Amino acid sequence: MTTTDFSSAGANAPTNVVLAVENLHVEFAMPDGTNVRAVNGVSYQLNSGETLAIVGESGSGKSVTALSVLGLLRGGTIKRGKIIINGNDVLEMDPVERRKLLGSEIASIFQNPTSALNPLMKVGDQIVETLLVKNRDLTKREARKRVFSLLSAVGVPEPEVRANSFPHQFSGGMCQRVVIAIAIANEPRILIADEPTTAVDVTIQAQLLDLIEMAKLETGASTVLITHDLGVVAQAADRVAVMYGGRIVEYGDVFDIFERPSHPYTGALLGSMPRIDEDVENLEVIPGQPPDMTDLPVGCAFQPRCAVGKGRVLCGTTIPDYSNLPSGQGVACHYPLGEGIPPSLGDNQNA
Amino acid sequence: MLESSISVERDGGEVALDSLLSLENIKVAFPLKGKFPWSRESVRAVDGVSLRCEKGDVLGIVGESGCGKTTLANVIMRVLKPTEGRVLFEGEDHAKRTGTRTKELYRSLQMVFQDPFTSLNPVLSAGGNVMEPLRIQRVGNAQERRDRALKMMAEVGLRADQFNRKIAEFSGGQLQRIAIARALVLQPKLVVLDEPVSSLDVSIQAQVVNLLLRLQREFDLTYIFVSHDLAVVRYICNRVAVMYLGKIVEVGPANKILSQPSHPYTRALLDAIPIPDPHKRRPTGEAVLKGEVPSPLNPPNGCRFHPRCPWAQSVCATKSPEIRGLPGGNDHSFACHFPLGETDAIPDLENSKQRNKQ
Repeated sequence: MTTTDFSSAGANAPTNVVLAVENLHVEFAMPDGTNVRAVNGVSYQLNSGETLAIVGESGSGKSVTALSVLGLLRGGTIKRGKIIINGNDVLEMDPVERRKLLGSEIASIFQNPTSALNPLMKVGDQIVETLLVKNRDLTKREARKRVFSLLSAVGVPEPEVRANSFPHQFSGGMCQRVVIAIAIANEPRILIADEPTTAVDVTIQAQLLDLIEMAKLETGASTVLITHDLGVVAQAADRVAVMYGGRIVEYGDVFDIFERPSHPYTGALLGSMPRIDEDVENLEVIPGQPPDMTDLPVGCAFQPRCAVGKGRVLCGTTIPDYSNLPSGQGVACHYPLGEGIPPSLGDNQNA
Repeated sequence: MLESSISVERDGGEVALDSLLSLENIKVAFPLKGKFPWSRESVRAVDGVSLRCEKGDVLGIVGESGCGKTTLANVIMRVLKPTEGRVLFEGEDHAKRTGTRTKELYRSLQMVFQDPFTSLNPVLSAGGNVMEPLRIQRVGNAQERRDRALKMMAEVGLRADQFNRKIAEFSGGQLQRIAIARALVLQPKLVVLDEPVSSLDVSIQAQVVNLLLRLQREFDLTYIFVSHDLAVVRYICNRVAVMYLGKIVEVGPANKILSQPSHPYTRALLDAIPIPDPHKRRPTGEAVLKGEVPSPLNPPNGCRFHPRCPWAQSVCATKSPEIRGLPGGNDHSFACHFPLGETDAIPDLENSKQRNKQ
């Protein structure tokens, strides 16, 4: 289970990989001496120009993975793994070099825009601050021009006036636009958006998703989109990684994942969503609770809630390896859906 | 047919005696701080809402943040006194209830909040929280209260051994079950649910939504379901009221409004929801509602939606549309000068009326 090769899951050749996370393990030490293993061997590749969505419920490790990539992890330790950007493992790099690389190549958009901005600084100045990271010799006039064009690019009305406003004078949606302007200011190669639209209303969400997509097209950045909303995934992603219990349980093309989910968790998640576009008679329910990360179940973390694997000896003892299905999807499951194994067969059940 | 004609008469009547809850032209204004008393402005959070809720309804109140839906919920709960208008619960005015009548009202009216972490009492155990309403209402003795709370907790899917556990030991989904048990333990007639599943994970959301529906059928409850999640509303509600800037823009049967809305705002709201199917992707940059909700401090003249409305005409900027239904009723009304699909709908209804006369 140590080596995971997802290169065949994507259509692009490995040379186009802008970010690769390999077998990442992150632990948090709790005050009572226990360890929370938040991320347990996550691997993924972000190909040039694509949007990779990482979906999962709270505690599944999706944000911790992103924070590790951004070098913003606080309180946790990266126990194992590699994070490769531009062919270099950033975890092995000299801290100064690493900061330079992360500052110029990666940008981030977080869930809460009002706390992402400095409340004591005019938004225009905050954008200038970012611009200066890449270009120390920027003149005042150039900086102003660039700020106005960025603000108008993200749809802030009257940028000349609004650049002199403070974040509290903006609505949540407008703040998130400013955050996006800061994120794209240095034309990063990688954009990490962690629940970028969770805090805003649905009409603003649609505007922001469009904006991120357009910013991506304009700067050519590849995007990692972290979300719990399968609607947002279907709308914005090219490829999807589904996380559960600190692992990626399914990985593949967005159309494949939604049409033919292979992992029982993905399937159940899709069945448990009420739909606005069709009548749902009965919502499927995933029983039980998400796993306690201090005390993960033995074997597959989803096994106690799984309609397929519950009670099966194999699922209750062995963590399933990732394997690539003929369809190109990667799945970590002993009994993937649609593989033709009737739930009653397989191995001896009823523990 | 007979039923619908009764409802038409009832809609035309002054006071609907048999409505469980009826709101009449509710206005709520929150005064803001100003330098001088005469220069003080106020935010009109709810501005002239009339709404009716019948026994057995699951009525959804939907809208974006700041539209006044939670303020309205608080008015219904009699937590907030409306600046104008009347709330009639079982025909009795909220404002005229005093003493024991108020206490009786609170017995039939309960609420579940969005965030169970803050709405439950952390000092009490799970069971203590569920018993609290019984204690306040002086129902039975200690043993009876305990039995009733235990029974209710079993109904919402909690085990008896969890009765004495501290609130901090539960997960969000379980806490929301405790909050639901607390709301239902007095056997209320109307339960106001303010975003009850919004803070829960997707897999837990379905559990709680299904639980709410089962309890509604089992105990013959009436729900007012305040939410911004239209997909959940479509699943759970039979009637929906859509609010925008303190006003109801459209109200009627859920399946009609959430599939063929008459108000452009409802349409825009529906179109903005990302559908969990990549084949139904909304093309980037297309048909999204532009701009943001204007400040309720200074709402636009005329129709409040007109600055963002793709179909707005000049009359929309000057004249505020009255809420009206289509001839023939069907319990669907909207506040729009140029409702969507009206040109198709009216002749159809005219025909059916003609047919009914013959």
